[in-house]
Formats: sequence, C-alpha cells, structure tokens
Amino acid sequence: MKSTALNKPKAPSYASSCNACRQCTPLGACLAFKGIEGAVPFLHGSQGCATYIRRYLISHFREPIDIASSSFSEDSAIFGGERNFRRGIGNLTQQYHPKIIGVATTCLSETIGDDVPSFLRQIDKDVSETENQPKLIHVSTPSYTGSHIDGFHEATRAVVKTFATRSPVNNRLALFPGMISTEDIRSLKQDIKAFELHGILAPDYSDTMDGPAWESYHRMSPGGTPLSEMTLFGGVKAAIDFTHVVADKQLAGAYLQDTFGVTRHRLPAPIGISATDDWLDLLSSLSGIKIPLSYEEQRGRLIDAIVDGHKYLSKVPVALFGEADHVLGLCSFISSLGLDIQLVATGGKTKGFEEAVHQNMQGDSSPEILNGSDFRDIESAVDRLYPRLLVGNSKGYTLARRKNLPLLRTGFPIHDRFGGQRLLHFGYAGAQRLLDELINTIITHRQSESDVGWTYI
Amino acid sequence: MSNETPSLEDLKEELIAAYPKKVAKKRAVQIVTNDITEDGSVPEIKANTRTAPGIITQRGCCYAGCKGVVLGPTRDIVNLVHGPIGCSFYAWLTRRNQTLPPTPESENFINYMFSTDMQDNEIIFGGEKKLAEAIREVYENFHPRAIGVFSTCPVGLIGDDVHTVSRQMSEELGINIFGFSCEGYKGVSQSAGHHIANNQLFKHVIGRGTEAPEGKFRVNLLGEYNIGGDAFVLEDIFERCGITLCSTFSGNSSIDQFERSHLADLNLVMCHRSINYIAEMIELKYGTPWFKVNFIGPDGSAKALRKIAEYFDDDELRANVERVIAEEMIAVTEARKRFTPRLQGKKAMLFVGGSRAHHYQDLFTQVGMETISAGYEFAHRDDYEGRDVLHSIKVDADSRNIEELTITADPEEYRPEYTDLKKAREEAGMEFSDYKGMMPEMKKGSLIIDDISEHETEILLNKVKPDIFCAGIKEKYGVQKFGIPCKQLHSYDYGGPYAGFSGAVNFFEDIDRMVNASVWKHLKAPWAKGA
Ligand code: SF4
Ligand code: SF4
Repeated sequence: MKSTALNKPKAPSYASSCNACRQCTPLGACLAFKGIEGAVPFLHGSQGCATYIRRYLISHFREPIDIASSSFSEDSAIFGGERNFRRGIGNLTQQYHPKIIGVATTCLSETIGDDVPSFLRQIDKDVSETENQPKLIHVSTPSYTGSHIDGFHEATRAVVKTFATRSPVNNRLALFPGMISTEDIRSLKQDIKAFELHGILAPDYSDTMDGPAWESYHRMSPGGTPLSEMTLFGGVKAAIDFTHVVADKQLAGAYLQDTFGVTRHRLPAPIGISATDDWLDLLSSLSGIKIPLSYEEQRGRLIDAIVDGHKYLSKVPVALFGEADHVLGLCSFISSLGLDIQLVATGGKTKGFEEAVHQNMQGDSSPEILNGSDFRDIESAVDRLYPRLLVGNSKGYTLARRKNLPLLRTGFPIHDRFGGQRLLHFGYAGAQRLLDELINTIITHRQSESDVGWTYI
Repeated sequence: MSNETPSLEDLKEELIAAYPKKVAKKRAVQIVTNDITEDGSVPEIKANTRTAPGIITQRGCCYAGCKGVVLGPTRDIVNLVHGPIGCSFYAWLTRRNQTLPPTPESENFINYMFSTDMQDNEIIFGGEKKLAEAIREVYENFHPRAIGVFSTCPVGLIGDDVHTVSRQMSEELGINIFGFSCEGYKGVSQSAGHHIANNQLFKHVIGRGTEAPEGKFRVNLLGEYNIGGDAFVLEDIFERCGITLCSTFSGNSSIDQFERSHLADLNLVMCHRSINYIAEMIELKYGTPWFKVNFIGPDGSAKALRKIAEYFDDDELRANVERVIAEEMIAVTEARKRFTPRLQGKKAMLFVGGSRAHHYQDLFTQVGMETISAGYEFAHRDDYEGRDVLHSIKVDADSRNIEELTITADPEEYRPEYTDLKKAREEAGMEFSDYKGMMPEMKKGSLIIDDISEHETEILLNKVKPDIFCAGIKEKYGVQKFGIPCKQLHSYDYGGPYAGFSGAVNFFEDIDRMVNASVWKHLKAPWAKGA
C-alpha cells in the first residue's frame, strides 16, 4: 500500500482516517458563536460532543468556553430531540441570561433529521411576549460533510443573516477574517484604527477567548462583536471576506453583497509581505489616507531582516500542513522567502486548493499537494520528499519526533506550546515574527544536533 | 469575596436558585451536606442520573469512557472508531496515559487515532462496508494482534452492526477483533462506557491466556491508568516487595496481560467506579477475590501493601513490605515537615472523576489541608456512600440499557481454593469486595455535590474562596479567572506521578508551587490596589 518514490499528487486512497488533520464542523461553529457579544453556543445532540469540543478548544485557548447541549438520551435519539431541545434552551436561558444562543447540530441530531428551524419557530411563537428570550441562531453542522472551517463560516454567515437589515449607508467596514488567532484579530482592528476607519469584525473572540484576569465575577466572558453594531451590517460601506478558497455561498460578506448590494472585497488574509501590501492598499483607498509611516518602517525592518536571514532560509526544503486558508497564506510568505516548499497539505477536502497553492507560489518550487489528507498521507509524503522543516499545528509533533525534524507551530490547534492562541501572523509584524521563528527553529535544531556546540551560528 | 467560609449549607440554596423549578428539584437531591451518624452511615445522595439539557456539565459520553478511559491506555490494541471524524479526533492522545513498550520496536498504537471518517454516503446507505475496509487497512498497515471497534452516536442510529462485522473480519484476518456498542447517548456519562468496556474485555479477551507469570504473589491492579506515570511508580514498589504484577487495567498494559489476568491470585481495585465490574466478574467465573486499595497517599499505600501481605500470609512478604514502606517513608516524612508549614490550614475543593475526588483528599490531609467540598463527575451512589447501599440503588432507564452479563463459575477454570482462602481471611477480619465510599471519610458539614455544573462552580467560587480547586482542563481556566489555582486531576497538569510514596512528595511540591505562587500577588495593578 505504501506509495513509491516520486508519486505525483493524488487523492489519498484509504477508506479510513489515521491521525486526522481536521476537526469536526460544530467545533468551528461554537468558536464563531463565542465571538458574538452575549452568545452561548449550544449543541443539539449528545452531551459528549459538547464536552469534547469544549475540551479541545480550551486546550488551545486556555480560556473557559461554555457549550451547552440538549443532552440526548437513547429515547431522544430514537424519537427525536425536540423536548430536550426546548428544555435545554430554557435551562440555559435561566442560568446565564444570554442575549444569543447559537445552536449547532451534531451528527446525531442531523442523522435523525431533527427539524431545528421548526423548533425555533415554535419557541418564537410560544414566547413572543417575553422580553428576556435570547435570540436563537441556528446553523446546520453535520460532520460527515465538511470540517470545522465550514462550521465556522456557516455560523458566521448565520449570525450576519440574523442581524443584517436593509439600512442606510453608514461608515462601517464589515470584516470577516475567518478562524484566526486572537492576536491576528487585534492586529486587524489596529489596522482599521490606523486608517481612521470604523470596523465591525465578526466573529471577534479576541476578548472572550483571550481575556484578562477578572477583578469581579462575570456570568459570561465580556467581549464579542457588539450587538448594537451588527444591526448596521446591511449598510456598511464595504464588506471584506478574507479567504483564498472558501466558497462565496458560505461567506458572510458575500451574503451582504448579494442581499443588500454592499460593496464586497474578497482577499487573502494579510499573511506575508504581498498580502499585507494588498490589505494596506485597500485600507488606504477605502479611507483616502496614505499608508502611515509606522507601517512603512515595519516593512523596512522586515525586508532588512529577510536580507540578513536569507542564508538560513534559502532553498531549505519545507513541508506545510494545516487548515487551507492558513496554509495558503504561509505558502505565499514562505515561498517568497526562498525556502523550497516540498509539500502542502490540508485536512478538510477543499475545492480549488490545488490551484490556490500554485497561485500562491512565489519562486520555483513545485510542491506535492495533499487535499483532504491525514497524517498518514503526510508522513508517507515526508518519507519520499525529505523536507528539513515542518510548519503546521501541534498535531504534527508525533511526525516531527519520529522523523527528527523541527516543527514550527502555527495555526490551530497548538496545545503543546504556551500562547498558541495569541500568535501573531498578520501584517508586517506578524511576518517578522514568523521569519524570526523560522530561522530560530532551524538554528535551534542545528545547535541541538551539533557535536561541537556552536554558540555563534 | 471574603475569605471567611460561609455555612456551606446555606450555599446550597444559592447554587440552585437560578434553575427552573424542575431542575432545582432534581439538583437539590444531588447536593447534600455530609453527616456521619454513630453507626457510620451517611446521608443519601442522588448520583448517576442524566444531566438536564442546557446544563453545562463536566461529563463526557459513554464512548469517552469506553474508548478513552478503559481501552485507550493499552498499547497494542488498535482502537478503531466507527463514526464521523470528530469523536475520534478529540479522543486522540487527550488523556495523558503513559506506556513503555518492552523494546523500541514493540507495538505502540497509543500515538495514533483511527477513524472510519464516515461521510454522508455511509450515513444514508450504511457504513458496514467501509468499516470492514478500514479494518483491513489497519491490519495491512500495522498487523496488530487485536482491534477494538467503537461505535459513536450516529452508528447506533443507522443500525450498523459492529459486532457482526468484527466477527467476520476476525475470521478473515485471523486476529482478535471485537466491537463496543458504546454510542455516546447511552447511559448518562462516561460511566456507561466503563461498564461496556469491562463487559467486552471480559467476553473477548480475559481468559484467553494460559500462563501466569512466575511468582509467588501474583496480583492484578485494576483501575490504574498510568496518568503521569503512576503505574510506573507502583510497578517499582511491587517489584521491590516481591509482588508480581500479572496485569494492570489498563495503564502501561498490553493485551497479553489482560488475557492472562484470570490466573492471578488477587485483584486490587484502584478506581472502583470504572473497573469494579471486571473484578466482580473474574471472581464469579474464576474465584479470584478482590479488595479495594488506594495507592494515592502514603497512608493508603502502606495500608494496601500490608493488606496484600496479610492476604498471602507470608512472613518474607511482610518483611519486604515493611522494609519498602520504611525506605519510602524517609522522603515522605521529610517532605511533610517541609511543606506542612506552607500549606497548613489551606482549603481544597475536589470535583473530578469517579474516584479521584476521594483518593486525593488523603494527600491534602497529610500536609494539614482540609477538603471542604467535593463531588464526582460520573460516579454512582456506592462511590459516595459505600457498597453497602448497592442493593438500594434504583436502576433508571438510562442504566437499564447497559448490558449486565450473567456470569457463572467456569466448570474447569474456577478455583475453589481461592474461595476458601477468602473465607479464612474474612474470618480473621479481612474485608473483601469492599468500598466504603467518599462520604464516610469526609468531615461532617462538608458539601458534597454530584455532577457539579459550570454555573454552580462559578457561584460556589464566588462565595467561598478555596485555596485550591481540583478538576479538569475544562474547568481549569474558568476557575483561575477567580484568582484561584486549579489543579487538574485528570492530566495532573502534565506533572506527576502522584501515586505511592514518592508520588506524594511530588504532589506536595506541586500544590505548594500552585497555592503559594507569586502570581496571586499581581492580580491587581498597583494603581488599582488602593481602590
Ligand atoms: S458526532 Fe459529529 S459533532 Fe459529535 S464529536 Fe463526533 S464528529 Fe463531532
Ligand atoms: S457523537 Fe456521541 S460518541 Fe461521538 S463524541 Fe458525541 S456523544 Fe460521544
């Protein structure tokens, strides 16, 4: 079954998955809901999924995340979960008084075919008089299609759909960055400010999933995209979907464009020099303000550092893996630094991934591409391609250890390093950080492998 | 927030105040103030009932208990999860079991996750074919001795028969393959999965071995999962005492240990909740007696070792045990002296697991700390009140769907000499099949909360500020928002080992590092301090 040398890229030929490289759909939806002010995620299905997903998100973010569930019993699995759903929503509301409950479905409730939209309509009917009823937002997230990234975008779009109304044009910019780190969220907000623009960024979990120590008790973590702002979505001066490959039909900005005629820009997230250049150009043209000097200085320092560091990086064979948009951003930046990208792999099956990799290659590498892969596929590719460096999430650690390769951790999940939730990738500053880390990862590895014990290297 | 402890009894009302009536009523019987009457009995607590929908619980699912807890730590059985990707992904290396294969080349599948990665096609048309295919792939890739197949929620619904597929593939490939109907919605927590895992191991694995390891005193250690290397510590102690470990369920274990476990002379039960079924079933079928041990804490460890020596009634073993205890106690006594002044009087709360919330209390007592409130995540009444209440536990709909195996004595392999031995020891006052539960060992007036919710945890911490709170990773960062350190007792915060004697020393050290960490002084900015 082992592939032989120099096999060209092909779809993995296994029926099963061994050491997966993606998570399930509701995980993304829960994280997206968590970035909306006053929202609690709720999984319609068994409690185990909620517990696992909480556990998993927490190991990356090191912050509490509450996810409720309708706690299916065998009976609900057989006869339908409406009763549990209604009780669950009621109980959750009384404990936390959330403003929003974001409902995502698990594979179980999807399999039995529970009609959640009709449950919601019924609840709305029954409680239309009570004021304290939270808004219920539903997104369908069966994991037997798609990955956490689909769940994330679908949930974001569902939130926007719920709040956006036709409204007069305002001065806001709607930003939909996708599943990114909390520091990247903060950096986008900083950029907007620097151009004197007003943004509505959704979802914004930079506080809810990376907040300060509490001075006093909060029933719910403060933060999230403000509800008062979200009603302005229909009239924003522009909407931006940051993505390489996500289909328009899943994107919130595209929804605003289609429904309200909002001007929409679709561009890659600002990872690396050229993507950051494009992003700042856009901000400059939207605001009519010249790119501020501080950015030019950052860029200058970055270029200077790349010049100084090229000897470490030039032609180093490297393998990248992780979530599609993130990996494509890295592809563009890392190839621009002159490393030789040997392998680009993503876990979720992503339409258009192969073309996007080619488009993002700056330089002359022609990497093997794995779409819809797991770590068994990645490992067998590593075996024939001999990269000297791995760049990806913590799940690559076992592989890195087995092959004695250094692993630069980036993306999601990072649970074997501290601070993974707040790594900066965006902008010149993010590129600078990535550059330093790339070089230092290589140096550290060389130093630890060296018999001599170099101190200047 | 005050540091004075308000009456815990008054707290109960506050904990459940926000719930709708029905939930509050249900929770009211799961929260009790401890009391111990003269005859040693404790109040009744409701446990092992379904968490109400919408309540954010610590609990996981049946599958988590079956695959994650009981089967997960064994290195040479491939665990193949039949279902969509998430269930398998989230159970991949998330418990911190350690294993040490005999040679670097030996099989070790702990670092892998295997899933049939069901797609909508299988949900609609059935996934048995894909499962068979996946089993074949696993076999061709790894040639394991055994494969366990675990059902997740959707599998039960679409009606895939994992048992038949397993049997057929077992015939085709000539290795031991067995299925688990451990769909997450079964039972009310991980506990259901423990039971199912126990049953299937008993049916498909235990008893297949024919040779016990050489040794005069052969024991199985049940319910020790080698978190943070605990099993390594105990293995070392046993070896030095001259006790032969026949098998451990299931820390640092391999399938051949399970297969021969029915040949041991005695079963020791650590985590009563997750594994008492196997102990009972082995006794019924093969005659091996069991008793409960607690190797967490030096007192519990010494007591257990002495009881083992008494059971075998052997002077050499007695002498060895005493020697080992004496050797080990030097460091423990030293550490207690060092840490007691730093920890004395501090208050702890433990909400975790099905035995850990009990076991760890002794360690706190050792350094003068007090446990003011505790509860389990997935235990039953007997783990709180002791096995004496077993007969009075009502079986509800959720527990009724978990298979109870009917076990009878094996006509050939039952060993009546062990029944006689047990009888003789019992006459001398030794207790078997015994678990007294957590509550009789806790102080009067302490607050016992079963299946504590996220909401209740927050109310509790807002009112009473313990010096340390013990739970798991889901609770950790929420607790620490209150400025209270949270010790993970599932993963040990990547510390440990904490078992046995040297483990206790590690534990005192780690608790001191947390409780007396310098960070607690910095919570308020200097300019905000006067305010
Ligand atoms: S059943 Fe579906 S939603 Fe639940 S953990 Fe598994 S893959 Fe995720
Ligand atoms: S789907 Fe079922 S088995 Fe899988 S994690 Fe959820 S509750 Fe557990």
